[in-house]
Amino acid sequence: MRKLWISATYVIFALLLGAPIVRIATGAWADGWSGFASGITRPEAQHALLMTGMIVVIVTVINTLFGVMLALYLVRAPWLGKQLRRVLNSIVDLPFAVSPVIGGLMIVLLLGPDTVIGSLLSRSGIDIVYALPGMVIATLFVTFPLIIREVMPVLQEIGDQQEEAAQMLGAYPWTIFWRVTWPSIQWSVVYGVVLTVARTLGEFGAVLVVSGNILFRTQTATTLVYQDVENFNLTAANAVALVLAAGSVALLLFMEWAKSRRAR
Amino acid sequence: MHVEVRGLNKRFGEFQAVSNVEFTIGKGQLIGLLGPSGGGKTSILRMLAGLESPDSGDILFHGRKVNGLPPQERGIGFVFQNYALFKHMTVAQNIAFGLEVKKWPKAKIKERIAELVELTGLVGFEKRYPHQLSGGQRQRVAFARALAPEPQLLLLDEPFAAIDAKIRHELRSWLREMIDRLGITSIFVTHDQDEAIEVADQIMIINKGRLEQKGTPREIYQDPQTPFVASFIGESTLIEDIGQLRGFADAAALGGTKGLVRPEYVEVGRANEFALLSATETGTVSHIHFRGSEWLVEVKIGDIKLTTYRSLEKPALHPGEEVHVLVHRAYLFNETDSWVTENRLKVDPLPVHI
Ligand SMILES: Nc1ncnc2c1ncn2[C@@H]1O[C@H](COP(=O)(O)OP(=O)(O)OP(=O)(O)O)[C@@H](O)[C@H]1O
Ligand SMILES: [Mg+2]
Repeated sequence: MRKLWISATYVIFALLLGAPIVRIATGAWADGWSGFASGITRPEAQHALLMTGMIVVIVTVINTLFGVMLALYLVRAPWLGKQLRRVLNSIVDLPFAVSPVIGGLMIVLLLGPDTVIGSLLSRSGIDIVYALPGMVIATLFVTFPLIIREVMPVLQEIGDQQEEAAQMLGAYPWTIFWRVTWPSIQWSVVYGVVLTVARTLGEFGAVLVVSGNILFRTQTATTLVYQDVENFNLTAANAVALVLAAGSVALLLFMEWAKSRRAR
Repeated sequence: MHVEVRGLNKRFGEFQAVSNVEFTIGKGQLIGLLGPSGGGKTSILRMLAGLESPDSGDILFHGRKVNGLPPQERGIGFVFQNYALFKHMTVAQNIAFGLEVKKWPKAKIKERIAELVELTGLVGFEKRYPHQLSGGQRQRVAFARALAPEPQLLLLDEPFAAIDAKIRHELRSWLREMIDRLGITSIFVTHDQDEAIEVADQIMIINKGRLEQKGTPREIYQDPQTPFVASFIGESTLIEDIGQLRGFADAAALGGTKGLVRPEYVEVGRANEFALLSATETGTVSHIHFRGSEWLVEVKIGDIKLTTYRSLEKPALHPGEEVHVLVHRAYLFNETDSWVTENRLKVDPLPVHI
């Protein structure tokens, strides 16, 4: 009986996770190597992948810095006051509760060309919405909690006694962070970064709303796949999707490795 | 380091954790902080260390006010209750941390590590991580780490709490010896009276955020200044109506006087064991307990219950037996005053001169 359940679980997961990847792979190779190659070497695909890459780098860097900082403040700053910390703590979870499309829409409504801030900024030559900055902000919104939620429990668990001990030994905050706190949280940060990268690679809804999906300007890999599918350009869509899927699998393997390091 | 504290106060929200604490500690002394849980001992240590800032009051090291000085600049070694070792660093790295932070030259750091490892008996464990050590070994690493930067004041928060009785005993003699050798002023918190009495030069009794008494173990024991100290130290029995006891009738004259009697003030035995029967009460043995090296005897005199010890060499007593009880002295107190009184009848009331 138990065996039956286990094999049923495997089958379901194989169907849910494996089948689409296989389908994408075969789809991408439908016209052989040349079909796949032309699918990803077309200028629009190159541009879209570049956009996605840029967003991944910018978002990951910003998110890591601020995520770790905010986690530290939320756990270790009694001067923030209980009430304020509780409020901040709930705000961190907001992106989990709000649909990414709504998140994107909020950005358009706040910073779009028709708003006060948006028009002010565009007059000084900075476009937010329908440009890279807006897409970065939208993705930041979506991935914001990932690192914080990985790091906070670890900080809570290790407590501040080691940090106080370091203080008594003459170390100042910067040294304490790098020599005492960081070694304890580093694998959680890596884990959070992996989640952020994965989420950013696959983000669709928020980016679609903010970017306007403009060819050669604001199109990302995911929105390109969407457009290809709309245009019945299936081989090309599969080729780009396969690149994204390969990235995800690589991340997944890396994540497993990071997890095993963290467990030590 | 000479330490002085004046009018120290600390509140946590509405709760007064430390109130108006004042004391002075001479250079090279070992001070034991003793008191019930939640009394404010840790809070006092943390304020001395600079980890917590007092609401009011001054802390002076060598006569210089240090209230504004951050913990990093105070030159204090702190041994935390749960050691707080850096768990991703080896023993040697833990000890070296404070020295590296202070930018000691590499060669000197190495020398100092070797010295401390030797001093704390950790030779051969330098490359181990904290989780590969026993509780007692971790304790010693915490000492070594705190001592490495040559602090002038060492603060120890229940340093032996997590260690079994035998090693605890060894460790505290070791600590006493080491502190004497290095001449560091030290303050340690403990819940163990015997520990404080055994190793401390002076004991401070802290209760409800107040310093009840500061003095040598002998003073604390023999001349308690407040009822709290009298009842906290030793195993005292509170007697509401001390005038009932023979030899303490004078006390009853003053209204509202209560007494505290310690086991070592009381003697029990059969009639032939006392020279001066007139000073004794008669009571019944209610329980006896074997304590390894002696008997613990509980006796009842009327409705007063007393406990005392009795040598194993003397004839054994039995529960229910009628015995004579001599109360040598009692610690008496009322609303306004407290004092120690000897049993009046012990002094022969009718001296016969031959
Ligand atoms: N950060 C804090 N916030 C609120 N209350 C605190 C804080 N630290 C200590 N207290 C309170 O102050 C009082 C004194 O605490 P402290 O830790 O100094 O006691 P202690 O004498 O060390 O007790 P123990 O022997 O149990 O360690 C306690 O009632 C405690 O609840
Ligand atoms: Mg304490």
